Amino acid sequence: MSVLTDDTLPASPRRIRDEMVVFVLMAALLAAVPLTGIYPFFVMQALCFALLACAFNLLIGYGGLLSFGHAMFLGSAGYFTAHALKEWGLAPELGILIGTAGAAGIGVVTGVVAIRRQGIYFSMITLALSQLLYFIYLQTPFTHGEDGIQGIPQGRLFGILDLSNSTVLYYVILAGFLGGFLVVFRAVNSPFGEVLKAIRENEQRAISLGYKTDHYKLLAFILSGTLAGFAGSLKVFVAQNASLTDVHWTMSGEIVLITLVGGLGTMFGPVVGAFVIIAMQQYLAGFGQWVTVIQGVIFVVCVLTFRRGIVGEIAHYFRRSL
Amino acid sequence: MQALYAQLLVGLINGSFYALLSLGLAVIFGMLNIINFAHGAVYMMGAFCAYFLLNVMGIGYWPALIIAPIAVGIFGMILERTMLQWLSGLDHLYGLLLTFGLALIIQGVFQNYFGSSGLPYAIPSELQGGLNLGFMFLPIYRGWVVVFSLIVCIATWYLIEKTRLGANLRAATENPTLVRAFGINVPRMITLTYGLGVGLAALAGVLSAPINQVRPLMGADLIIVVFAVVVIGGMGSIMGSIITGFALGVIEGLTKYFYPEASNTVVFVLMVLVLLVKPTGLTGRATT
Repeated sequence: MSVLTDDTLPASPRRIRDEMVVFVLMAALLAAVPLTGIYPFFVMQALCFALLACAFNLLIGYGGLLSFGHAMFLGSAGYFTAHALKEWGLAPELGILIGTAGAAGIGVVTGVVAIRRQGIYFSMITLALSQLLYFIYLQTPFTHGEDGIQGIPQGRLFGILDLSNSTVLYYVILAGFLGGFLVVFRAVNSPFGEVLKAIRENEQRAISLGYKTDHYKLLAFILSGTLAGFAGSLKVFVAQNASLTDVHWTMSGEIVLITLVGGLGTMFGPVVGAFVIIAMQQYLAGFGQWVTVIQGVIFVVCVLTFRRGIVGEIAHYFRRSL
Repeated sequence: MQALYAQLLVGLINGSFYALLSLGLAVIFGMLNIINFAHGAVYMMGAFCAYFLLNVMGIGYWPALIIAPIAVGIFGMILERTMLQWLSGLDHLYGLLLTFGLALIIQGVFQNYFGSSGLPYAIPSELQGGLNLGFMFLPIYRGWVVVFSLIVCIATWYLIEKTRLGANLRAATENPTLVRAFGINVPRMITLTYGLGVGLAALAGVLSAPINQVRPLMGADLIIVVFAVVVIGGMGSIMGSIITGFALGVIEGLTKYFYPEASNTVVFVLMVLVLLVKPTGLTGRATT
């Protein structure tokens, strides 16, 4: 079995230093966005998808587990947050907490089932589980079925930050994204992350070394699901709705596509991929169904000729790990 | 009771499609180590192929039953030659991603030209009408689908388990290098296997055209259910796929009668239960 990424060595101080430099650059660039006049809604949407893809990448890039059902965390957290804000009138911070905690709970339940198989079966199981949740959301009344939950009030975060102001909202989303990114960064470069990589490379050997690999995989799955849920909760404040689209398998496919284009198993790949794919969707919105075809073509081209993704190719060229 | 039997029949028909599709998935996985995400899309192509044959060329159901699987099978073989073969030796996951991309392309193109609504395909005149069996009314076409699918499934099983060709195929699954040393053209066999798997899916598509209407997304949700069927049954055994497919169809039909709200989800719930009790699947071997 060939490896998914070039990154098989333990985290070296040089690599962590490289990544910190890029992280600071990225944070500074993103913080400057409102000054440039770029449409903030687009960047906020891309940031939510970037965090989502980073969470997904934690599983595939470092654990070797390809989840084809990550939309279930995005959509579920979105529904929970939206319901808490609109029906219960809770404050935004509580809404985010409920959404994220809900996704974590779903992560525990689905994780226990999904990690029982590896490789290709894991992908099929996560896809089936997310389809199960999709049908449940289609039938339960609180999601309002095909209509979704619309017109969600944004409110004031911690009672002070007015989220209906787009600049304030932008910095809140940015803070959420950077925080989530640092969690992934920390997890990947910790002893926990090294064990995950060991499991990806050779699970039998990791077991023989005394690691309870199931515990590590479950923990990674829950962490990934929780962060994906966090992204889903943040997205509610940007889009102000929660709908079935976010739980559908096409969304799971989009998450995979974003990460593949950016670079599987690279720290910054999912972020770059999110901006590329979201920008593409914005510009091609007028082409209707052809967007799906173009996404399919990107999948095929990436798999056949461009398996390292954008950031992976750059890192390979400079012989660095990003 | 009439309604129960009717739902059982619907379950058997869906079970036929599950069996034909999961059988093809298992055959393809055995040889190519790829889970063919485009399986739902080629199922849809089979149905559209029958539709075109009838409406453009005036070729009816019976020839379509042979022409459509062959045409779609050739299309599959072209895909295998031009794309899938380059993935051998890479991680399984790339095959899944590539075929997912292919499914998006195929379904997207059909959706562009035909929208999302269904096109009607008439039941052939020989199979119209129904039989009164005393306890229920059996539409002949539906009975035909179940019987014919069963025959095709068993023929495929016979081909793979009992013939010389099948023995070569199974040997190549175990150790392709050694089989090549015996002078058997394994790459060609892989291409033909992919064509066979895809052809079975297209055949299921033709069979379903008069029942489910011809829609670009008719295979999109179906394939996810079939994945769950494959997880439940395991891909280690051909007969296992067939039996699991039919059994799950029947269970789904029974659920439609006794608790309709759960009919969409029952297969997935069963998958969860099987994974908790016997993670390798009902017939599966302990492979990854």
